Amino acid sequence: MITLTHYLVLSAILFSIGVVGVLIRRDAIVIFMCIELMLNAVNLSFVAFAHFLHSMEGQMFVFFSMTVAAAEATVGLAIIIAMFRNKDTVNVDNMNIMKW
Amino acid sequence: MEPYLFYVMAATSVVASLYLIFEKNPVFCALYMVFSFINIAVLYVLLEAQFIAAVQVIVYTGAIMVLFLFVIMLLMVNVEQKQKDDLPFQRIPAMILGFVLLVVMGLTIKSKIFQGKEGEYTSAKVESIGHTQLIGKLLFTDYLLPFEMTSILLFVAVIGAIILAKRKV
Amino acid sequence: MLDLVAFILLFPLAGSAINGLFGRRLRKESVGYIACGAIGLSFFVSILVFSGLLALPPEQRIFEKHLFSWIQSGSFNAAAGFQADPLSSLMSLIVTGVGFLIHIYSIGYMHEDKGYHRYFSYLNLFTFSMLLLVLSNNFLLMFVGWEAVGLCSYLLIGFWFEKKSASDAAKKAFVVNRVGDFGFALGIMMIFLTFHSIDFTEVFNAASHGKFAIGDVTITIITLLLFMGAAGKSAQIPLYTWLPDAMEGPTPVSALIHAATMVTAGIYMIARSNVLYMLSPFTMTIVASIGAATALFAASIGLMQNDIKRVLAYSTISQLGYMFLACGVGAFTAGIFHLMTHAFFKALLFLGSGSVIHALSGEQDMRKMGGLKNHIPVTYKTFFIGTVAIAGIPPFAGFFSKDEILLEAFVKGNVIYWAIGAVAAFLTAFYMFRLLFMTFHGESRVDHHVKEHLHESPRNMTVPLMILAGLSIVGGFLGLPGASALNHFLSPVFGGHGHNEMHGSEASSHHGIGLPSLMMVVSTLIAIGGIWLAYQMYVKRQELPKKLAERFALPYKVLLNKYYVDEIYDAVFVNPIKKISVQLWKRVDAMMIDGSVNGVARFFTGTSNVFRLLQTGYVRNYAFYIVVGCIFILILTTWLNK
Repeated sequence: MITLTHYLVLSAILFSIGVVGVLIRRDAIVIFMCIELMLNAVNLSFVAFAHFLHSMEGQMFVFFSMTVAAAEATVGLAIIIAMFRNKDTVNVDNMNIMKW
Repeated sequence: MEPYLFYVMAATSVVASLYLIFEKNPVFCALYMVFSFINIAVLYVLLEAQFIAAVQVIVYTGAIMVLFLFVIMLLMVNVEQKQKDDLPFQRIPAMILGFVLLVVMGLTIKSKIFQGKEGEYTSAKVESIGHTQLIGKLLFTDYLLPFEMTSILLFVAVIGAIILAKRKV
Repeated sequence: MLDLVAFILLFPLAGSAINGLFGRRLRKESVGYIACGAIGLSFFVSILVFSGLLALPPEQRIFEKHLFSWIQSGSFNAAAGFQADPLSSLMSLIVTGVGFLIHIYSIGYMHEDKGYHRYFSYLNLFTFSMLLLVLSNNFLLMFVGWEAVGLCSYLLIGFWFEKKSASDAAKKAFVVNRVGDFGFALGIMMIFLTFHSIDFTEVFNAASHGKFAIGDVTITIITLLLFMGAAGKSAQIPLYTWLPDAMEGPTPVSALIHAATMVTAGIYMIARSNVLYMLSPFTMTIVASIGAATALFAASIGLMQNDIKRVLAYSTISQLGYMFLACGVGAFTAGIFHLMTHAFFKALLFLGSGSVIHALSGEQDMRKMGGLKNHIPVTYKTFFIGTVAIAGIPPFAGFFSKDEILLEAFVKGNVIYWAIGAVAAFLTAFYMFRLLFMTFHGESRVDHHVKEHLHESPRNMTVPLMILAGLSIVGGFLGLPGASALNHFLSPVFGGHGHNEMHGSEASSHHGIGLPSLMMVVSTLIAIGGIWLAYQMYVKRQELPKKLAERFALPYKVLLNKYYVDEIYDAVFVNPIKKISVQLWKRVDAMMIDGSVNGVARFFTGTSNVFRLLQTGYVRNYAFYIVVGCIFILILTTWLNK
């Protein structure tokens, strides 16, 4: 029998993979994909909660978070384009003037 | 059959995610990401959230992945190998940290503090009303205000994207 | 007419402001006209106020003009108000009158100076401050004027501040005065604590209506503290050392500030507070003793000085000592009388010496003068009148006032005071004529290239000299023994204490005509004796001074070096304080305070240098820390918050 815990563990695994991806990748677009992965991991746990607790609220949340994800992807990619235009690269290691 | 499907889907999505974070070519990354998300969509179906599953497929494969691929091709991003890496020493600590995070979250889950009050929407009830119909009804009654606000959010995002991506401000 | 009293102050203040702010852009003539015009108007208003007072019956001759409340705090209440009574109006006449003449003189004297407008701005400011001092109707406002004249004195002594000796002298004057001012300020605080008011009228009314017994300890302390201030400002032992050095300033300044007006502030203050002083015989004794001691001490130093202005400076100290002696024996009228005549002849002498210095292109050493009487006749004649006046030859001004002081000292004090005063008078006559003979008589010892430029001063310098000479001749008749107009005029201020019979005119009239006449003869003989001796030593037998100096080598050296008082002060006060200060600076300030401040800064610099390495500037690095933080928060919320 598949329980809530199974889904939550899966969600945690995916989330952790997303975190590691953010930390080790240098390409801004891939980092962005990893962030999407983390969002999806959280969405999965929302839906799982909704299912096992017989509630619709989790699904509503997922609906809204997807909207936010879409908006975020739009703006984020626009930022990446602007960044590329200024620095001719999307490598985040080149964005290191935020120091001292 | 259901447990097997879960395990298969879970395994494939985890593997696809791992490929996502270790693949060098951004185009393949995008494809792995979408593959992982479709697996998650199947899990949504297993969780009796058919509408969410449909939206997941439409939004991620139809919109976001296309957007990503479009940007990747527009910018002609190089394969990462050739790019400089100022923080090579962060790779191993990052993975360890990710593992620690996983362990901590697992322990949190194991401690069973996630116990909410059961809602009224049992599987049978959802079945009788119809899942999509139920979501629609809730969106336009209980969640009307947040729904309208997301429309404003999307509107602002569109404007923001245009402003940011424009050549000259 | 008495309402105009505030205008006496307004004009000099306005003149000072105009010259100080815009003087640089004005022509020299206009600067002079503005400054002199301001004082002239002020003098004119003073005359109006004075005549307004004369028109009133003697008992009502007090007028207070309240301008505004200045400080109000709890029961403390200080007003900006002015008081016109016989004493203050007489003082304002002296200040503005003598000040006016000296302003005119300054136009000629300071003509070449590049700080012309600055000089006149200071001079006007000084007149304003001095008038504030004499016209205020409470102790605190008087203290403001008191400090302001100190400031102006500092500015004017150090007028040629590029000369180190001048700026040192200015500092010395300021610091020494500070000692006295400290006492004065404490005295004012004590007055407030005792009388709950600092208004002259209220304080003196309270004091004279029998609340305090004669010899009351509080009153004694107050009067001693006030006298401390007076001794500082009026250059009495032990605080006199600043005055001779103050001669570094321009000569008209020495005349106005360090001879005629400012240094008499102490006398004025004691005369003003006569009610309090009468209540404390002990303080009176102190005042009289210090006055007598200063008179003799300074006169003896004056015997051996070779700088023309320094002789006059010591003479000023000595004459101030006379005034304190008069106040100390209760003869306030005699003190003020001498103050007035002294203002005339000492201003004359200083201006005359300025004229001599002007003629000799800046030479002040009397050993390089001599035989000048034919070269600068007007200066010589006026100077002679001034010398005769200070020596005390009848009928010149100094004779009457000095004689009155000696008489009062004899009658009200004791024989010792009289004897000291007489010896000092003898010395005064001697050194003043020594000065006169060395400067104007005998053979010329002037340098050759200076001699070619010998010239009489311009008219705007000689006319004030002549006016002052005239005043030095007739000034004494204001206080003729027996029929003293001044005595009568001032009696509302000094005669107010009914329980005390010790005031001016009455006392002297008790003794009939015999004693005063005898005294006059004696003091005239004393003066003539001094003159004769000076004549013998410096005209007839000029080798005599050298012989005497060899014969009495030790006393001569001591006198020449002014009793080594400056050296003693340096050794006892100045150098230890300097040494302690240097130690404080090196140990406490540089090591402890700076060290701790810099140490704190260095600590943060050091730690920051370590911690700033955390700020790599890499986004991924920051994300790493965020995750670390998230893990901790997760741990906290899950296990610690159970």
